[in-house]
Amino acid sequence: MQRIGVFVCHCGSNIAATVDVKKVVEMVQMEPGVVHAEDYQYMCSEAGQAKIAAAIQEKGLTGIVVCSCSPRMHEATFRKAAERAGLNPYMVEIANIREHCSWIHKNIEEATEKAVILARAAIAKVNLNTSLKPGESRVTKRALVIGGGIAGIQTALDIADAGYEVDIVEKTPSIGGRMSQLDKTFPTLDCSACILTPKMVEAAAHEKIKIYTYSEVEKVSGFVGDFTVDIRKKARSVDMDKCTGCGVCQEKCPSKKAPSEFNRGLNTRSAIYTPFAQAIPNVPVIDRENCIKFKTGKCGVCSKVCQAGAIDYDQQDEIVTEKYGAIVVATGFDTIKLDNYDEYAYSQSKDVITSLELERIMNAAGPTKGHLERLSDGKAPKEMVFIQCVGSRCADNRGKSYCSKICCMYTAKHAMLIRDKYPDVNVTVFYIDVRTPGKNFDEFYRRAVEQYGVNYIKGQVGKVIPQPNGKLLVQGADLLDNKQILKEADMVVLATAIEPNPDVRKIATMLTASIDTNNFLTEAHAKLRPVESPTAGIFLSGVCQGPKDIPETVAQAGAAAVKAIGLLAKDKLLTNPCTAQADELMCNGCSTCANVCPYGAITYETRLVNDHGIREDRRIAVVNSALCQGCGACTVACPSGAMDLQGFSNRQIIAEVDAICR
Amino acid sequence: MQELINRIKELLADGTVARALGWRAGDLPYNPEPAYFETAESLQDFVYNGFCGANLSKYMIEASKLEGRTLVCLKPCDTYSFNQLLKEHRVDREKAYIIGVGCKGKLDIEKIRQQGIKGIQSISGAELTDEGETLTIQTIYGEKTCAYKDAMLERCHVCKGKEHKIYDELIGESKDTKDAERFAEVERIEAMTPEEKFAFFRSELSKCIRCNACRNVCPACSCRKCVFDSVKFDSSQKANVDSFEEKMFHVIRAFHVAGRCTDCGECSRVCPQGIPLHLFNRKFIKDIDELYGEYQAGEDAEAIAPLTSFTFDDAEPSIVGKRG
Repeated sequence: MQRIGVFVCHCGSNIAATVDVKKVVEMVQMEPGVVHAEDYQYMCSEAGQAKIAAAIQEKGLTGIVVCSCSPRMHEATFRKAAERAGLNPYMVEIANIREHCSWIHKNIEEATEKAVILARAAIAKVNLNTSLKPGESRVTKRALVIGGGIAGIQTALDIADAGYEVDIVEKTPSIGGRMSQLDKTFPTLDCSACILTPKMVEAAAHEKIKIYTYSEVEKVSGFVGDFTVDIRKKARSVDMDKCTGCGVCQEKCPSKKAPSEFNRGLNTRSAIYTPFAQAIPNVPVIDRENCIKFKTGKCGVCSKVCQAGAIDYDQQDEIVTEKYGAIVVATGFDTIKLDNYDEYAYSQSKDVITSLELERIMNAAGPTKGHLERLSDGKAPKEMVFIQCVGSRCADNRGKSYCSKICCMYTAKHAMLIRDKYPDVNVTVFYIDVRTPGKNFDEFYRRAVEQYGVNYIKGQVGKVIPQPNGKLLVQGADLLDNKQILKEADMVVLATAIEPNPDVRKIATMLTASIDTNNFLTEAHAKLRPVESPTAGIFLSGVCQGPKDIPETVAQAGAAAVKAIGLLAKDKLLTNPCTAQADELMCNGCSTCANVCPYGAITYETRLVNDHGIREDRRIAVVNSALCQGCGACTVACPSGAMDLQGFSNRQIIAEVDAICR
Repeated sequence: MQELINRIKELLADGTVARALGWRAGDLPYNPEPAYFETAESLQDFVYNGFCGANLSKYMIEASKLEGRTLVCLKPCDTYSFNQLLKEHRVDREKAYIIGVGCKGKLDIEKIRQQGIKGIQSISGAELTDEGETLTIQTIYGEKTCAYKDAMLERCHVCKGKEHKIYDELIGESKDTKDAERFAEVERIEAMTPEEKFAFFRSELSKCIRCNACRNVCPACSCRKCVFDSVKFDSSQKANVDSFEEKMFHVIRAFHVAGRCTDCGECSRVCPQGIPLHLFNRKFIKDIDELYGEYQAGEDAEAIAPLTSFTFDDAEPSIVGKRG
């Protein structure tokens, strides 16, 4: 029988205001195994921890239950305190009477009853706890960054500068990401490429950084400190070592009708292409779907004109397998599809564009060479309307519930740039709210209004109607003047909501990193661990975690790098001792557990088993405790219950349930 | 049948197999029972007719541990169970010599009795070789007849097909006897309100006498130690606590065989209380088909089962909430 001590925390008034802690102390003393119970204002304080240590020594406690906040907050604190007092840290259990109880209830009587029940469950579990000892695992001193945008580049640079090797895996033919598509950046209006390309060059030239472009992460196995990753290097059809980047192939390529991804499909590119002039690496790829050689077998012009002999039509995808200690996700974002917003006539008129398309139009390397013109007839617009929150802050299911955060600022930027370059163009912005927190942000917005005379109207646009004369009739509301507005515009720009890159779902699943309902990666703690995934060894950089502008992205990229460096700097990690084990007398050897194990931790061996006198060779599951992460998938899949998780055994869990249902 | 017996004799005589697993005549004309045959003489009791519904696959778990090969007679639907056991490493293919025996649908004595035919003395027309579509039954009240089809087990009306999925040799012709929709009854129950469903299952499961026949016959229920018996868990005798827990026995058993059940229908065939236990399993099969694409357990010994694998296209767990 265990000798259990129960420690009930007030957490100031967080718990004590809703739970009668004295009553909890009184009630738990009647539970089997409990020999000591007390309450204290802050159990996590040094004085609180000292109370636990004193009780362990004076009363000879063999198990501890702390009724307090979530184990994610202070389980480690209390385990260490118990260890210092000579108790195995895995003899400590937390009953979460704060998040699971006091914070979500109002009625003191009911909350107290629930707190007692939660304590009872933890006591029932501790009665079955056993001492556990963590093992050790090694750390591979190399990081993987998934995504080569500004977030990924910055994270990689910071990790590499600390002396660790970093690989960047980028899906497209070049690093640079969304930022490379932008024309100018707020609030300073400096040229996006001018500040991004030096970083791209620095990353490419860094001796610690290896860049895999036109590559995707295919498979991830292993765990924190020791991930094994398969990277698919898609066939470029161009030999990276031979190509000199002269660009003749792109000029001569006869197939020039593929929509340019970089210019958001506003113009076309050749089938062999580099996405943009400053691309890194400056090696083209052949888009096999649009290449005449691949479609018909005839052509081969690029191969003929390439003096370096770099064209290789037979190139195959290649799988590279690498080991990493840490993985940073920096998969970025895209704008949402506008299928649900037909009222803005995006699909009907070429002159209704998204803000990202406007970036390309404004850019000297863009489809109009930087001239602001209507894509339908090439005429210069005189009247421009910007519509904010298209798909953002959406109350129904058509768009996204969240604020995309960057739109207010880039719209102010667009409006200002247009008014600056084309003072004869009238610019009107329809908005719900203008949100400009951030250093020098509100000043920037006010300049757009006060200095550049941009016309801001608080109100939503209901409909954009293409007119026979080529103009766009914008129907909107002015909520401040309480009137309907009908405005004829030459161009309409939609501040389209951003969403995480759709591929992130696949990547998150491979990494067993959790994502929220909007496909943003979840942080380990929204406030205190914002750049870490709850999955150990996975870090988050940039918009994959939530909407961000460039300065925030760069700051977070650095933070993610520091977390990764902190991990890589360690030689060994303590492993979780809560791993699975198979009972050889009950194991059927049926392979169900191995099939469901996400970590490949289960193998089988034929072993001579003595089952109550019957000696026979049996196929038995064997768990590699270095690989097992204690997820418990095998324990629930095992039909006979032979698989059990140490520290969370089937018996312990049933004992908890029974205690709750008693 | 004679062809089958002759072949078994040959294989026993030339040492290919050490024993044969088949059916032996019972004490009544309609209750043959599974049996081992080790000598030519013992084969005089061997029978194979329409009442040989028993699926012999599960016996191969123990037979795999014996010296030498065991000849086993498997009907087309039994081979699914054998494949499933093979996939779960519970039987040894090398230790089995499978004769795929023909099948034209198996009979359910209860269906005959339900037609008011009592006092049965002998039945003819149940042999595989019998061409007719009618059973002739001698009773103490005189001769009666019954259409073969009307006496078939429920599972044969939703026959999975006449093909053997695994065998060493085939003896006898098989017939696809499917003439009903496999999931019709499941759909009927799905359409019920929760109260009606609960009432239906309470009524059916209250007949259970916990004889464990369903568990003992089920090829998927082949754990060395069943969780309901294991002293490792405090749940060992839970099913005996009260009538609710007793009903949960069947629900939990259905969960344990989900994705592995081949729908062989043995659970319902052997239930002395006539509980349609196969409906639980079939509901799971229907759900798996709908959520993960069509899957037939035991179709082969290699395919990865949907419930023990993961793909990016898998249904999200939230689907369960949405479907209700």
